[in-house]
Amino acid sequence: MLARRIIPCLDVKEGRVVKGTQFVNLRDAGDPVEQARFYDEQGADELVFLDITASAEYRDIIYDVVAHTAEQVFMPLTVGGGIRTVADARKLLQSGADKIAINTAALQEPELVAACARQFGSQAVVVAIDARRISAGRWQVFIHGGRTAMDVDAVQWALEAEHRGAGEILLTSMDRDGTRDGYDIDLTRAISTRVNIPVIASGGCGEAAHFFDVFENGKADAALAASVFHYRHNSIAEIKNYLKERGIHVRI
Amino acid sequence: MNLGIIDYGAGNLRSVAKAVEYCGATAQIIATPREILHMDKIILPGVGAFGHAMSALAQLDLLDALKTFMQSGKPFLGICLGMQVLFGDSEESPGVPGINIFPGHVRRFPNHLKVPHLGWNQIIPEKSSPLFRGVPEEAFFYFAHSYYAHPVQSECIIATTDYQGSYTAATAREPVFGIQFHPEKSQSNGLLVLNNFITL
Repeated sequence: MLARRIIPCLDVKEGRVVKGTQFVNLRDAGDPVEQARFYDEQGADELVFLDITASAEYRDIIYDVVAHTAEQVFMPLTVGGGIRTVADARKLLQSGADKIAINTAALQEPELVAACARQFGSQAVVVAIDARRISAGRWQVFIHGGRTAMDVDAVQWALEAEHRGAGEILLTSMDRDGTRDGYDIDLTRAISTRVNIPVIASGGCGEAAHFFDVFENGKADAALAASVFHYRHNSIAEIKNYLKERGIHVRI
Repeated sequence: MNLGIIDYGAGNLRSVAKAVEYCGATAQIIATPREILHMDKIILPGVGAFGHAMSALAQLDLLDALKTFMQSGKPFLGICLGMQVLFGDSEESPGVPGINIFPGHVRRFPNHLKVPHLGWNQIIPEKSSPLFRGVPEEAFFYFAHSYYAHPVQSECIIATTDYQGSYTAATAREPVFGIQFHPEKSQSNGLLVLNNFITL
């Protein structure tokens, strides 16, 4: 049976991790390869690198980061942030990424999703959606890292992304992101039960119970988190044991 | 030992090569018929579409050399799409013939399932195989695919996986093997399978 996935997310800026675990047993908390290896040992199912490098002159560093990570850590790696063209996606995949996550460019140019799916297969193409609740059962899509509101409904956009060839949705609740109050269960369920591709829930995770809730009630296929691994001493293994005891099928 | 990984432009050779190196072997990246026939073992990786892969292999003039190699009794491992192209054809690219070492068809998962089949799933051994020597029971491997292989002769299936139904996870006509999951992304279990292939 397919396991539900637990996915740590690392923000990478100019080749250094700027959000991630600060456990003292790491020699260098800012080194993405070191952190990837740490999460690998903890039993993470996959890793997401979100490249938040703003300045163009440092943007190519991510390719080296991905290559060095893929040389040493034999687990799936998704990379998002700043992907605007098929060529950007190809360079990341050739560097060793297994999947690329497209957000702003996917909405501005949905044909990019189709082009990437044709070239690399749907299994390599993740569409990342940042959504904010506007009324009961309705969520609006934002781009540019949450700064620009679009006149687009999140559920409709998820369905279109699937139609265009996305193989997975990375769904972030902007309302919950950073709150550690738990995932937006209604949003996750609304999308996960409508699309026929896996959905990674993101935003708001603060404790093990939130993972259970988003798998059991949100019907998420995977759950992404950052700060729960960052500030608290909640290891992935502990979280997986907690989930397994409660009947969620996880890889242990 | 000469171990070759075939570079036909289909995806990520680097991870496979690095995983092979991690197992203590050296892989040569090869792309010509001559190189194929010089190898002792070959890995055919692959992600992307069936039709693209077959036309890339044909353009590089590799198809005859691959068939000759596989009939020579030397170990061969197809991974993911590299396994699917060993079958007769695929619903992904109708009308495009595969290499047909394993008679059978590659089909799309039914619509009631989430497709791709993406993530960690357990394999169920159907018969003993040197490829899975030492692999624990109910071991998890990483899968990422929308199509699955359906052999005509079920005897070639050495492992299955359960995705609301039983699907082919690995096939063999020794020493030719095909695996649907990605050993290079399956942590210690995957490295064990690669090591088993390398030390065959």
